[in-house]
Amino acid sequence: MSVDLSVTIAGTVFKNPVMDASGTFGSGMEYAEFTDLNRLGAVVTKGVSNVPWEGNPTPRIAETPSGMMNAIGLQNPGIDVFIKRDLSFLSDFDTNVIVNVCGHTEEEYIEVVERLAGESRVQMLEINVSCPNVRTGGIAFGTDKRMLERVTSLVKKKAKQPVIMKLSPNVTDISEMAKAAEAGGADAISLINTLMAMKIDIYNRKFAIANRTGGLSGPAIRPVAVRMVYDASHAVKIPVIGMGGITSGEDAVEFMMAGASAVAVGMYNFHDPEAMIKVIGGIESFCVKTGVKDIHEIIGCI
Amino acid sequence: MINEKATVIKNEKLATGVYSTVFKTGIAGLCRAGQFVMIGTKSDSRLLRRPISICGADSEAGEIRLVYRVAGYGTEELSRAEKGDSFEILGPSGNGFPVDKAENRERILLIAGGIGAPPLLYLSRALKKAGTERERMTAVLGYRGVNAGIFLNKEFEEYAEVVLSSDDGSTGVHGTVMDAVREKEILPDIIYACGPLRMLKAVKALAAEKGIPAYISLEERMACGVGACLGCTVKTRHTDSHSHVNNARICTEGPVFEAEEVEI
Repeated sequence: MSVDLSVTIAGTVFKNPVMDASGTFGSGMEYAEFTDLNRLGAVVTKGVSNVPWEGNPTPRIAETPSGMMNAIGLQNPGIDVFIKRDLSFLSDFDTNVIVNVCGHTEEEYIEVVERLAGESRVQMLEINVSCPNVRTGGIAFGTDKRMLERVTSLVKKKAKQPVIMKLSPNVTDISEMAKAAEAGGADAISLINTLMAMKIDIYNRKFAIANRTGGLSGPAIRPVAVRMVYDASHAVKIPVIGMGGITSGEDAVEFMMAGASAVAVGMYNFHDPEAMIKVIGGIESFCVKTGVKDIHEIIGCI
Repeated sequence: MINEKATVIKNEKLATGVYSTVFKTGIAGLCRAGQFVMIGTKSDSRLLRRPISICGADSEAGEIRLVYRVAGYGTEELSRAEKGDSFEILGPSGNGFPVDKAENRERILLIAGGIGAPPLLYLSRALKKAGTERERMTAVLGYRGVNAGIFLNKEFEEYAEVVLSSDDGSTGVHGTVMDAVREKEILPDIIYACGPLRMLKAVKALAAEKGIPAYISLEERMACGVGACLGCTVKTRHTDSHSHVNNARICTEGPVFEAEEVEI
């Protein structure tokens, strides 16, 4: 029995609903020898800004129970290098490309969005208004619903590709934020970004991460993420891309039943460089086992 | 790079908290001195792989040897491994030591602080293979002292003249590896080093003072080990070709850097 795993988000067809979570997969280059990028629903690239960003001091990462914390600080080579190197690399693959865009100010987001307007290799934009590890921009836009709606509509005015707003879980009411993105004209939302967290190295009386706080990801946050995907997808009509600690096909199915039209694998790519291929296979097996012929049967089914 | 489940062939204790584990893996046919592997744990709550440097490889037998100090959950689990156990292993990662830089050098100095010795043992073997005579190589190996024990020093003897130092004076020169270099009046024209950051800073200063090249192996916490996550960067003097900022990836552009290129 064959299962149709394809989904459509804002007019873009995905051969299956599995992609990487931005920042855990580079632009696919480093993982291409372990994972056939052609088999993925999309490659979501690491956040890119108008100019190169240095990122935070080290240590930038720490292991935590069933997860990890990071405070990379969106280090990236800037849009010029990204277009020349990363987008050229991705031209050779038959998969969707979603570019994650970051900035300190509205103008910086717009600059990157405009630079990408003419790039046919880019199917969608994901606007990072939820990074907890940079002082200005990032999460500042994603935790205030008025600012979120405003930056969404500004981006939408300039964007030539459909826009996904990536939401932060570090808010009181995720439904309000989902609605604000929708009101601003977002074509889709993705969630959750990492949860703001802290770890202390007690023997050295120091923060485990130089930035003091970091974003928590991995299976530890999965139940929180599933709840937020459920809440957000029931608050808006636009599609939701769900993520947070996905390790298997079963985990992905859980997010889809909660309302996600597609899912992203994040921290688990580090644990297993072939994780996404296994997640795709796992979704297929689940469908075969339970008699699902079309993946749409399970999206938001509960 | 290879990502596979590798089987333990042999596991033995070398000193207090220091173990040597041999794996059967295809990585043996690909790796060189100074590179490392990422090893998974068996726990479902410790999800990141651990970077461990390669101490030696036998490409014909398809075996690599890892020598490491127990520092946390992952290495503790590995130290209890028995023949036949298997672990997820990914590698080889990193650039490795530039063996060719020693070609026309008269006095090659290897400096290892504690658990920095394993990759340098691999390097000394590679240098011998490249035609470096034993007389041209000196290995200064520093240890914590009598209670922690000393390890690998006898294996270095085949490739280099060995000088030992220990914090408590129980073995060799009483003091650090740098004290030993001074006391023995070693005058190198190239240095390869691996060890604690404080030692690497001293090596960098020595190389700058003498105007000689030094290649140092750095460590940092890592998540992916393949260059994707940017978790393990080091500040660099020049902008590197990948990041386009002054933050190179230790897992990919490193772990071995020319000392004057990194801000440590």
